[in-house]
Amino acid sequence: MNQALKNQLSVSTEPLLRVRDLSLLYGLEKGCQDVSFDLYPGEVLGIVGESGSGKSTLLSLLSGRLPPQRGNIGYRDKQGQWLDLYSASEAERRTLLRTEWGFVEQNPRDGLRMGVSAGANIGERLMAQGVRNYQQLRGAGLDWLSQVEIDPQRIDDLPRTFSGGMQQRLQIARNLVSSPRLVFMDEPTGGLDVSVQARLLDLLRGLVRELDLAVVIVTHDLAVARLLADRLMVMRRSRVVETGLTDQILDDPQHPYSQLLVSSVLQP
Amino acid sequence: MNDLSQAPVRDAAYNFAYLDEQTKRMIRRALLKAVAIPGYQVPFGGREMPLPYGWGTGGMQLTAAILGDDDVLKVIDQGADDTTNAVSIRRFFARTAGVATTESTPDATVIQTRHRIPETPLHADQIMVYQVPIPEPLRFIEPSETETRTMHALNDYGVMHVKLYEDIATFGHIATAYAYPVMVDERYVMDPSPIPKFDNPKLDMSPALMLFGAGREKRLYAVPPYTKVTSLDFEDHPFEAQKWEECCAICGSRDSFLDELILDDAGTQSFVCSDTYYCAQRVSQQEQGQ
Repeated sequence: MNQALKNQLSVSTEPLLRVRDLSLLYGLEKGCQDVSFDLYPGEVLGIVGESGSGKSTLLSLLSGRLPPQRGNIGYRDKQGQWLDLYSASEAERRTLLRTEWGFVEQNPRDGLRMGVSAGANIGERLMAQGVRNYQQLRGAGLDWLSQVEIDPQRIDDLPRTFSGGMQQRLQIARNLVSSPRLVFMDEPTGGLDVSVQARLLDLLRGLVRELDLAVVIVTHDLAVARLLADRLMVMRRSRVVETGLTDQILDDPQHPYSQLLVSSVLQP
Repeated sequence: MNDLSQAPVRDAAYNFAYLDEQTKRMIRRALLKAVAIPGYQVPFGGREMPLPYGWGTGGMQLTAAILGDDDVLKVIDQGADDTTNAVSIRRFFARTAGVATTESTPDATVIQTRHRIPETPLHADQIMVYQVPIPEPLRFIEPSETETRTMHALNDYGVMHVKLYEDIATFGHIATAYAYPVMVDERYVMDPSPIPKFDNPKLDMSPALMLFGAGREKRLYAVPPYTKVTSLDFEDHPFEAQKWEECCAICGSRDSFLDELILDDAGTQSFVCSDTYYCAQRVSQQEQGQ
């Protein structure tokens, strides 16, 4: 094995995100507690569980939006430096959120600027990073619209003239334009009908593999998890009850709750 | 108009310049902070003034706080000395402070303005006071005040260019014609009040002190003399001030800011200087020359 390949391997065997004993409780078993895991570059981690099990709280903690009561999150940045998320300054956290990270909201209206055109939505992160060339921003907008299968001619249309599926794809483009390394997704296919869901999942799967993204995806839909996630964490009443490879958990669940969850999926 | 330029009599029923001394002191303290941090919006305890918000209450409070016995006050509204707002504010300070008023730009020590910077170059011992309707340049894109303050604090100004991008995408050029955002001293993004972008270059390295007051929002900010003020733009769409093909119909000026007048129902246009003092000066010079 040559040296370069060896280096590459050793880099990708070091985790991107290191989470230890993360807890935030709003009440007894409300919120999330004692969550620890490592996330590796290019890995897709699914978090599944019923409503109120603490999935979204965990995602907010992970993405730096909500300080935890206990525990810490380490992130290894592009330079290979470890950064403790909640002891870093707010400026550093914000920079991270708009450069190396992305966040895809369940409702695209929360993640998009509805008052400005699709092109401006896509270009915003680049402008925040200091790109001051209109042609370059325009080019990135056109390129990303076609990557998420939206007609590039609609670059100057407002997001509110887009369908729900298109808005969600626009939100994904807006996040991916800065080539992030880690993307958080909160039920990205939540409000969409089944055929649109399938297309979006197909697109997401392609982009994730192509760009080698690490993704933390929260979903209550096991089919979404099966299609996208490499690894699953099953949450129930604020705790992680089972964790393992996706196929392993879905085909051979060990914890009684996981078994219940898997068996309760409707088979058409 | 002429009776205003003669020494007026102060109405002794009012404290000097209407506001009480404690209020003026409070505003001066805020002004010192604003001058120390160019472009930063300083909150102040805005008082009720005897005219409605939107008519220049912010500017009037600053003027009241900085006015002294020997000051000479000029007030302009859209460049004109003789419009309602300008006349009533000038009369207000003539009555409550007894200060001398003038229409002459070089003679004034304090110039309160709504939406213009005089064409005549300012000099070092002058203070410009701007009446500001919306002090927050980020407001159009971010409705939350806590969020905009954080953005200022963290130098998080990426969204400012979103508006300019939208302009170019819609109109092919940066169509923002007034309240054109500027970067002050390479740190704070500032709304220069609704002056036309024509006046933006006059802010840069100006020898005069610039004070901005927003009465409704209770914010004031400042640009100290000789401060770098740059208008935001794109590399391939640089900042450009307005230009006219016409010249002023009265004085023939080709390099002042022109107002468009519609003369009849057929839409016949005429252009005149918005700065009335500048225009009148040029006309009298031309008459003398003849």
